[in-house]
Amino acid sequence: MASIKITINNQPRTLDVEPDMPLLWAIRDVVGLTGTKFGCGIAQCGACTVHLDGSPIRSCSVPVSAVAGQKITTIEGISKNADHPVQKAWIAHQVPQCGYCQSGQIMSAVALLKTTPKPSDGDIDNAMQGNICRCGTYTRIREAIHTASAEMGTTNKLPKTGAKVGKR
Amino acid sequence: MNTNETLSANRRDFLKTLGLTGVVLVVGIPAANAGAPVSMAPMGLLNINAAPTGSELVPYVIIEKSTPGHPGKITIMNPRPDMGQGTYQSIPALIAEELGVTLDQVTILQTGGEKAFGGQISGGSASVRGSYMPLRKVGASAREMLVTAASQQWGVPVAECSVANGSVHHKASGRSLAYGDLVEVASKLPVPSDPKLKDPNDFIILGKPALRPEVPAKVSGRAQFGIDVKVPGMLYASVERSPVIGSKLISFDDSKTKQVKGVKYVVKATRTLEKRQFDGVAVVADNYWAALKGRRALAVTWDHDGLDKFNSVAYDQQLRELAKQDGVVDHTAGDFTKALTDAPTKLDAFYETPIVSHSPMEPMNCVANWPTPTSVELWTSSQAPSWIKTKMADEFGIKADDVKINITFNGGGFGRRLFQDFVLEAAHIAKTVGKPVKVVWTREDDTQLGPFRPMTFSAFRAGLGADGMPLAFQHKVISPSISATLGNPYKADSVDKTMTEGISEQKYEIPNVDNRYVFADLQVPTGYWRAVTSTTVAFAHECFIDEMAHKAGKDPFDYRMAMLTKASDTKRVLTRLREVSKWDKPLPAGWGRGVAQWEFFAGLAAHVVEVSKQKDGSMKVEKVICVIDLGTVVNPDMVRAQTEGAIAMAITAATKPGITFENGAAQQANFDTNPMLRINEMPIVEVHILAEGGPVIKGVGEPGLPPVAPALANAIFMATGKRVRRLPMDLSKLV
Repeated sequence: MASIKITINNQPRTLDVEPDMPLLWAIRDVVGLTGTKFGCGIAQCGACTVHLDGSPIRSCSVPVSAVAGQKITTIEGISKNADHPVQKAWIAHQVPQCGYCQSGQIMSAVALLKTTPKPSDGDIDNAMQGNICRCGTYTRIREAIHTASAEMGTTNKLPKTGAKVGKR
Repeated sequence: MNTNETLSANRRDFLKTLGLTGVVLVVGIPAANAGAPVSMAPMGLLNINAAPTGSELVPYVIIEKSTPGHPGKITIMNPRPDMGQGTYQSIPALIAEELGVTLDQVTILQTGGEKAFGGQISGGSASVRGSYMPLRKVGASAREMLVTAASQQWGVPVAECSVANGSVHHKASGRSLAYGDLVEVASKLPVPSDPKLKDPNDFIILGKPALRPEVPAKVSGRAQFGIDVKVPGMLYASVERSPVIGSKLISFDDSKTKQVKGVKYVVKATRTLEKRQFDGVAVVADNYWAALKGRRALAVTWDHDGLDKFNSVAYDQQLRELAKQDGVVDHTAGDFTKALTDAPTKLDAFYETPIVSHSPMEPMNCVANWPTPTSVELWTSSQAPSWIKTKMADEFGIKADDVKINITFNGGGFGRRLFQDFVLEAAHIAKTVGKPVKVVWTREDDTQLGPFRPMTFSAFRAGLGADGMPLAFQHKVISPSISATLGNPYKADSVDKTMTEGISEQKYEIPNVDNRYVFADLQVPTGYWRAVTSTTVAFAHECFIDEMAHKAGKDPFDYRMAMLTKASDTKRVLTRLREVSKWDKPLPAGWGRGVAQWEFFAGLAAHVVEVSKQKDGSMKVEKVICVIDLGTVVNPDMVRAQTEGAIAMAITAATKPGITFENGAAQQANFDTNPMLRINEMPIVEVHILAEGGPVIKGVGEPGLPPVAPALANAIFMATGKRVRRLPMDLSKLV
């Protein structure tokens, strides 16, 4: 056993686990946050997607020791009341069917919109290809990402470019 | 006491009247913080095994007495497990509509196989169509009791009372009473046996697109699936099973396993899948990672007893040989042999399909705990709590009432979770170690150990008249039998009707038909997969119809319509599809479109699929236009969602490798070798719902699947001239 310090959803934690335990099982079984799902164990399905310092990673394939001292965000950490624009769009489009893969889908979508606020369908395909949905909710995922993107664009009143500042 | 007994008897009769047999029990209670608005309600372990509060009006409806400032909480039971098909909304909605409440006013609880609630199975596209009238009557009965209680209290005629939003109103005097104010009196009234149902024109919930109450929980990680359950003192297990399904355990060496930190027990495991039993070795540890590591350190010796000789290439060849047999008659009409002999034009073709996996995203899992040697509590994602009850009772020789089942949201089902093997196995392990145990299958276990969707092969012969229309038609299915692969004896010279599903139900008017079945033995366990055998036989059947049209030199849509002179649902659906798919409008160069329909036990749908040839030579599925025939619709948005999903699943089955065997074991193990459709491969989907009333309600979950593969193959034929007769088709290598 080893004592591993990580920050999960802005909360510092000290985990007493085997260093080779995948981050996924540390999050689920040790910390007790079960929103992050086990789907394949080999980084093929994306159900276990979390953010490492804001970037999406597949927690099933990262030993917990490899992220010691770093910041992890899980689905439970992106909003308090399911009101992140991506979550709201997911509700508006009624994206989930069984819902099992959706935590991972949402974490991938949130990360995408951070780097690409106005994604094209091609951007979405590229960013979301690593997340399998066996229920086949892909059409709605695509629509919901566009909706979330639009909402985030309008709620963010801060000018994004120097040019816009100039126009003011 | 007497009153209670009378009420019980009364309720029992009530259930019988509704066709829901069983004894009424007192029912449940919402989980903690159920006071929150439903949109944010905790989607935790909602089960009815906790302590009940409130009075049961009729089975499925529990209302708490109002307290000052708080109308009593209203609880509705959902007997159909939610696996993404929307039953957490569509089923309670049937009760809520008649009861006069909105779904955001109620707490919805999932039943766990209790006799009081009749058959609790999600499968066969049967949830809405099977519950539509019975559960509306449940809600209407409760409403009539509440209205009677109010009318008595006010001393006004029942006819002057109306209900809305959980209250009874008396318009003339402006008085209202919440259901919680009335429940005490109402619950002592007799349950009406023939309550008056609402006029569908007055529906507030049914037939309208509705937001599903569990969706907020599913987008925030709070929806609880079986795999998320944790009970006090629980251990975790992973089970090593022979990759050659059916091999006997000779011995195992767990010396290295026991050195893995956290491993507590290594015990023999038993997986009972219907009439078959498979050995395993369970590693039980204080965390799942330790159980997995311990399992990997095991050295197990299996006796394959020849089962490791099995391979798919040889088996497929065996099916082709069996196709030469006459087989057993499934359905005949007219004189096929004579008509074929006399026909001026003849054609035949042979079609093949693969074994595929269900692969729900949530791997199989179950938590089991035995508080006493003869009683057990289970927590699991299952489509079939009713069947778990009886199977557990049989397996362990205990009373069904001593099997407590907590059903969580299912992370996908698709038929896989109709089986109890993973539940029984967990119960055995927990019993052996004497502690609560959570067994979680790996993706590899899930992919390799079945039960799988079986393949079917199809041999066709047809004779066409001078006008090109069919005079004689034969579809002979050569396949294993799902039932036989699960250990049930196959009766020689009989037709397993599950394996010829739908082939003799199509509405095409063909005078001479001779459909047949040839049974093939298979050692690999197979099971019900979404839309069952229709997913393979429809591909063959509807492609061969296209071949006939082509032979006749006719447009495949025209050809089908020419075989549908009489009024039928199929004719209505295809007529609509022709219009909405703009079938008669030319496509861009390099594109093709194909049509297919399928009617079977679950319902009826028809699709047009459009494909295009890509620069790299691959084919792209551009668009699927679907018409689904329902008669009556409860939540149109859910129908669209289910159909979109059915189409995605069907494209996966038609175009991805599927499962093949060598040396007795599946050659695919995880999503790298057994890939699923991904977002970049998803076509545009357009769903048109026909809900034109009528006495029959058709299913939603499955009918969207069968027409996809044939419509796709027919589209590829139109675009390329290549006839696909074997699935899976590799879209990158067709041209």
